[in-house]
Amino acid sequence: MAQVFVPDDPRVRDQIQGGTTDVDLKRVPPGRSRRPRRFGFIDLLVFLVVIAAISFIVAAATRWAAPLTPAVKIDLSPGVLPLYAGYSLLRMLLGYLLSLIFTLVYGQIAATHRRAEAVMIPILDILQSIPILSFLPAVILALVAAFPHSNIGLELSSVILIFTSQAWNMTFSFYHSERTLPKDLQEVAAISRLRPWQRFIRLELPSSMIGLIWNSMMSWAGGWFFLIASEQFTLGSRSFQLPGLGSYLFAAANTGNTGAILLGLTTLILLIVLLDFFFWRPLVAWADKFKIEMSSGGDEPRSPVLDALRRSALVALVNRKVFRPIGAFLAAILDRLQPLPDYNVAPPDMGQPDRTISPRRVAGWVVAIVCAALALIGLWFMVRLLIQVSLKTWGSLFLAAIFTWLRTLAAIIIGVAWTVPAGVAIGLSPKWSRRLQPVVQVVASIPATAVFPIFLVALVNLPGGLSWASILLMLLGTQWYILFNVIAGAMAIPGDLREATTIYHISGWRKWRTLILPGIFPYLVTGLLTASGGAWNASIVSEYVQFNNHTLSTPGLGASIAAAAATTPNPNYPTLLAGTLLMAVFVVVLNRLLWKRLYRLAERRYTLA
Amino acid sequence: MTQSNQHIVSDSDVAAEVLLEARVCSKSYDVEGKLPKGVSPHLVLDSIHLSIRSGEFVALLGPSGSGKSTLLRMLAGLIQPTTGQVYFKDQPQYGPNPHVAIVFQSFALFPWLTVLQNVEIGLESRPLTPTQRLKRALAAIDLIGLDGFEDAYPKELSGGMRQRVGFARALVVEPELLFMDEPFSALDVLTAANLRKELLALWREQTMPTRAILLVTHNIDEAVSMADRILVLGANPGRIRVELPGLPVAQRSFQGEAHTNLVDLIYRIMTSPQDDVEKLLTTQSPQAKTGQLVQPAQHPFQVLPHVAIGDVTGLIELVHARGGREDLYQIGRHLQLEIDDLLPLVEATDLLSLADVEEGDFVLTEEGKRFAEAGVLEEKQLFRAQVLEHVSLVRKIVQALQAAPRHVLPEEHFLQFLEAHFGKEEAQAQLDTAINWGRYAELYAFQEDRGMFRLEEEGEPAPT
Repeated sequence: MAQVFVPDDPRVRDQIQGGTTDVDLKRVPPGRSRRPRRFGFIDLLVFLVVIAAISFIVAAATRWAAPLTPAVKIDLSPGVLPLYAGYSLLRMLLGYLLSLIFTLVYGQIAATHRRAEAVMIPILDILQSIPILSFLPAVILALVAAFPHSNIGLELSSVILIFTSQAWNMTFSFYHSERTLPKDLQEVAAISRLRPWQRFIRLELPSSMIGLIWNSMMSWAGGWFFLIASEQFTLGSRSFQLPGLGSYLFAAANTGNTGAILLGLTTLILLIVLLDFFFWRPLVAWADKFKIEMSSGGDEPRSPVLDALRRSALVALVNRKVFRPIGAFLAAILDRLQPLPDYNVAPPDMGQPDRTISPRRVAGWVVAIVCAALALIGLWFMVRLLIQVSLKTWGSLFLAAIFTWLRTLAAIIIGVAWTVPAGVAIGLSPKWSRRLQPVVQVVASIPATAVFPIFLVALVNLPGGLSWASILLMLLGTQWYILFNVIAGAMAIPGDLREATTIYHISGWRKWRTLILPGIFPYLVTGLLTASGGAWNASIVSEYVQFNNHTLSTPGLGASIAAAAATTPNPNYPTLLAGTLLMAVFVVVLNRLLWKRLYRLAERRYTLA
Repeated sequence: MTQSNQHIVSDSDVAAEVLLEARVCSKSYDVEGKLPKGVSPHLVLDSIHLSIRSGEFVALLGPSGSGKSTLLRMLAGLIQPTTGQVYFKDQPQYGPNPHVAIVFQSFALFPWLTVLQNVEIGLESRPLTPTQRLKRALAAIDLIGLDGFEDAYPKELSGGMRQRVGFARALVVEPELLFMDEPFSALDVLTAANLRKELLALWREQTMPTRAILLVTHNIDEAVSMADRILVLGANPGRIRVELPGLPVAQRSFQGEAHTNLVDLIYRIMTSPQDDVEKLLTTQSPQAKTGQLVQPAQHPFQVLPHVAIGDVTGLIELVHARGGREDLYQIGRHLQLEIDDLLPLVEATDLLSLADVEEGDFVLTEEGKRFAEAGVLEEKQLFRAQVLEHVSLVRKIVQALQAAPRHVLPEEHFLQFLEAHFGKEEAQAQLDTAINWGRYAELYAFQEDRGMFRLEEEGEPAPT
């Protein structure tokens, strides 16, 4: 579900992010209620949490360094669940860190280098439409070969697979913010002669912070969705299994142990709720100051955890004694690395085009040539693989793509059919929208893949079982995006327009046609765009499942790709590549031809200014 | 600074040091080199020549579109002139000048930084220890009257307090030149007056080490009551029309007669064509210099002022009710319109040949009088006739539509050739205005979502 659209409209973001807040006029403004910092209970708690985290990382590290065990025997007893949850969380964290670094580097380069941008953004568009399983062979083969004797290669593969389900939408968001920095603030940065790193810290990172956090939350939801796929996988005749929540759920489903499935699911939901409370809420509350809008008021998101941390004497002490000196040290180094240009010396690249050979230009050329060479080699290998694909295979793949497309359509139509009435009802009632939004948010972040086995038990014996079940999984995975957006859209319908429809006795279907549908249209399109991409990506885990020790599949592109990866004794690379390409083409073309156009129409015609 | 600041430049040959000088600077935004041969790119600023001396308070006054903000950014080194060069103390200047600080109209504060951190931004790139930086920031905050607000975030402050942060951030770097880009225009009248007064006090008492100030504004009163020297810019392309000496400090108060006279004179200058200006100056202000006497290159195309027809009608009816002739300055006062809002209206009536400007007076033509007396339908007919006769863009659109099959054309058809003469944004703005006027005249319809022009069938255009 690596496709998440960033709503530009600050209202949407606010409504979705500030979900848990309610209007409280007596609230003390943040920062004013600070008590003097004395060591207390909170500091003890913070200290214990840090110690626990460190010892866990040490434990995890010893597992990583242990000799290679490709397929760990998964223990289904409840006692191992905390440890498994910890392993999964650590993988997710590492994958997220990797995504974050990738985002900042890739987004920054794409936003500042015109020529690079022309290549980098389409590549990102394609990358985000490639399903997780298609990255699998390359990642595994490379990393297991690099670390043949320890678990580290396998663990890294899992982390990278998680990365591929998290990174792209974050990168898009960061790139977008970088391109739309407020002009006057850029001028302040220029006239204050901020160095590039200072500009990055002071201007670029803060102004993209809100979009970045919002997309990070989406990315984590995407990561959980593909948790099972990234902790246990088969490549030809080799199968790999890592200890973790995902493989626990898989093993439980595989042995038909319903009790264990429920236990694993509960643990996962608990983990997600705790993360929300201890990590995302505080982060969102902290990031509220990064809003570009100058108006204060409205609901400010609040978090008790953040308040506690802000009051903690320990945090303040560590900040003062450790982090500030480190920061100052780094700043001094960066200052030396990026000296200020002299304002009265003409920069070399001005005026006449420079014909001399400077190291910078040479470096630029080298990078360009290396990139081109790599691209050519990649193309060469691709072509060599693709000519092995027979015309018949292409035909069946295309047919499969049509099946999958119909399934995603079905999932979206069902999603729209129930979320639009429900979302509008919730959004138009201030009371319900306030109560239900946080609930919807948590429910939405529970990965449908974990719930899937339970539904499979019920559905698999019906005629056309998996075909319907896979639509259900797509629906479970993507309906929330539509619901979110519809609620936000209904909340944004102006009160005066609603009053006008009442005064002129416009009701029933006419009210829907004249007010509600046009009002929510931009939001609905945003939701649909996201849902469509998500459904395509989900096809890979929904059309081909292993369950009760046998494999079920239904015709579809996702199934074709998954089957190609699982072909024994060796994966069917040509089909895998062809299927992946076809899926990327389908998703990109659908986006360009349908969703982006609808989105532009929505912006042009149906935006309530 | 230790130099004796001479604030009243009664004689412009005073040997005060020239701090900043622009020598024949022009700026054009070309459409990424895609212009066809022979079409010159859209000029924003045309051969600007000006200098700022030590001890001076210079005001740049101009209507919107005269490129005054662009000029300020060029002088600050934020943008490089297309031709010509800016010199700081006789050294050519490339890139942002560290001796210049800017106060912005929008305040340009970082919402995520506190007042103190916002002020410190100006010092970040300087080799100072954190303690020194803090000390200087606190001193600037103190100077500008922001004590107690150090830890507040900008969104907690009122507009006036926000702009004080803007001033503190500019002054903390102890700039030799302080640039202000319409610093008071986003504030309400009382707050603006208060802040102006305090700034002038700081400047005159030399509590701040700044050696010269450049103020960009469209408010004539503001320029007259603050500046030692006033440069009046003209639009399309931006150029210096007139350079006027300011009033002696004692006469700058708002009530004085000299003040009123100078404001009136500038009003007349800004609303009159260049020829009349020279006449005005010789009779009323002999010390003034007209800017380089460069006649603007004849624009290949009429430039439509972006006004709504309803406002034009209102203005004409008002003047008609007052006898068909009225002093522009009085109109501005009466309607409480800034010159920036009034000028486009005057240009539009002039373009449509509904009124003329004679020595600062707004005089209705015969058509203008008939227009004022007409009922709604006749008004439209008169307007249609005037538009077709005098507005070349509207005429062009009508002719193209008459020639087109089914009398339908996409907007790109017109945008393309407008973009060759104007910048991208201005081309769109010009077309939007032409759409509005044409719609009012019922000459053609425009469907926004499809971007198509269609000739109105009934109501054949009146013969020209």
